[in-house]
Amino acid sequence: MDLILPETGLMFWTGLVFVLLLFILTKFVWKPILNAVNTREQSITASLELAEKTKAEMMALQTQNENLLKEARAERDAIVREAKELSTSMIEEAKTTAKLEAEKIITSARESINNEKIAAIAELKVQIAEFSISIAEKVVREELTSDTKQTALAEKLAADFKLN
Amino acid sequence: MNLKNVLKSIVLTCLAVFSLNVSFANEKKTEENMEDAELDIIHHIKDAHEWHLWGPEHGGTTIYLPVILMDGGMKTFSSEELYDGNEVEALDEDGHDLGFKYVANTELGYGFIHEKIYKLNGEGKLNFSKEGHPENARPFDFSITKNTLSLFFGAILIIILTVTAASFYKKNGAVAPKGLAKFIEPLVVFVRDDVAKANIHGGKHEKYLPYLLTIFFFIFINNLMGLIPILPGGANLTGNISVTIVLAVFTLLITVLSGNKNYWSHIFAAPGVPIALLPIMIPIELVGILTKPFALMIRLFANMAAGHIIVLALISIIFVNQSAWWGFLSVPMALFISVLELLVCFLQAYLFAMLSALFIGAAVEEHHH
Repeated sequence: MDLILPETGLMFWTGLVFVLLLFILTKFVWKPILNAVNTREQSITASLELAEKTKAEMMALQTQNENLLKEARAERDAIVREAKELSTSMIEEAKTTAKLEAEKIITSARESINNEKIAAIAELKVQIAEFSISIAEKVVREELTSDTKQTALAEKLAADFKLN
Repeated sequence: MNLKNVLKSIVLTCLAVFSLNVSFANEKKTEENMEDAELDIIHHIKDAHEWHLWGPEHGGTTIYLPVILMDGGMKTFSSEELYDGNEVEALDEDGHDLGFKYVANTELGYGFIHEKIYKLNGEGKLNFSKEGHPENARPFDFSITKNTLSLFFGAILIIILTVTAASFYKKNGAVAPKGLAKFIEPLVVFVRDDVAKANIHGGKHEKYLPYLLTIFFFIFINNLMGLIPILPGGANLTGNISVTIVLAVFTLLITVLSGNKNYWSHIFAAPGVPIALLPIMIPIELVGILTKPFALMIRLFANMAAGHIIVLALISIIFVNQSAWWGFLSVPMALFISVLELLVCFLQAYLFAMLSALFIGAAVEEHHH
């Protein structure tokens, strides 16, 4: 029966020691330990989060780099293509212009040649006419030198008129 | 030959030696030895005013502890005065000899029997009832008993352990623990996560964490101290009802004082209970408030006392049979129980803290829809 009857003295000492212990430990032990543990846990969580975030950022950066590279490549291709096109078109244009110019020159040359020709022909005609007239004059003069010849000519011309 | 066979042959040899002994030994003597062992065990389980180290109960090596009495002013003296005072035959009220003796120190005016101090009557004697119980008044006994001293040792050890751990963090900041901090921190984190956080919800656990940590370490360290067979350990502190009742009362007070509206409404007007039943329900709920810490008190007391009793009973087998050969059986068994007790020490500390957290958690729980 003694075993299950509490004793005042021991109850008093237990209560006193426990309360003192609770006070001392709360103030000097539990708070520093819990603070340290919490701080460490928080820093670990933060570090892990940061690592995860950095990883994601790196991934994003890599994708971005790739995209940039791709874009640059595409741009380069486009520039080259454009340049090629431009040069081709420029050559084409130059060719066309040259052709046109040449044609123009040829045409104008032809024209001037023609004109010259026409002018020369006209001059030739005039000179031929002048020659013919002078020849004819001389012939006529000759023909008309004697009376007989005059009469023969007149007769011949009259015959010619009759035939007509 | 495997281990099992070795053990079997050891046990059989022991039994053979024992049966030989029994045939020679006096049956009556064995019975007397049993009674002696029983008394020794009960004597150990209870508190004492001395710290007995070795040798016979009277005349052996012992540390006499200070006696402090509140009896019309404080009186202090060594317990040697009580243990070594002159012994008087105990007589009942009709003058019949009760067959046992008690110490009567007429100089101080106190009688001493079964580790309890009584005031002597005018004739310098104690009055006993027919059943042999002393009927004299008792002074308030605040003596530094064996358990009180063990309590101080335990508290000092807890402070040394935890303050060393705490100073590590003060010195090194919030880094990975080393040394003692490595031992203390997992326990602290265990109590925080698996005891406090798991049972007290809604972020309220932090307020009760210092109490739960203190009660866990108090019980755990004092339990372990009880397993050490010699000074400063070996006292049956946590297996003493005076200690467990105080701890249980602390839990009761914290539970009742932190009980919120929701908690009390469940006690005085349990939802869904017809009003006609309330006169029955309210007393039941009120008793329930007390039975919870009462169970805490009994559980810790009975478990720790039982551990001490089993180990002592196993060791006593040797002395009951008066043959050292029995050591081959009782020592391994006592060792096994001692190792089991290491687990029990932790388990009981955990259970006390966990159930305290559970009761507090129920008291501060918010209403759920």
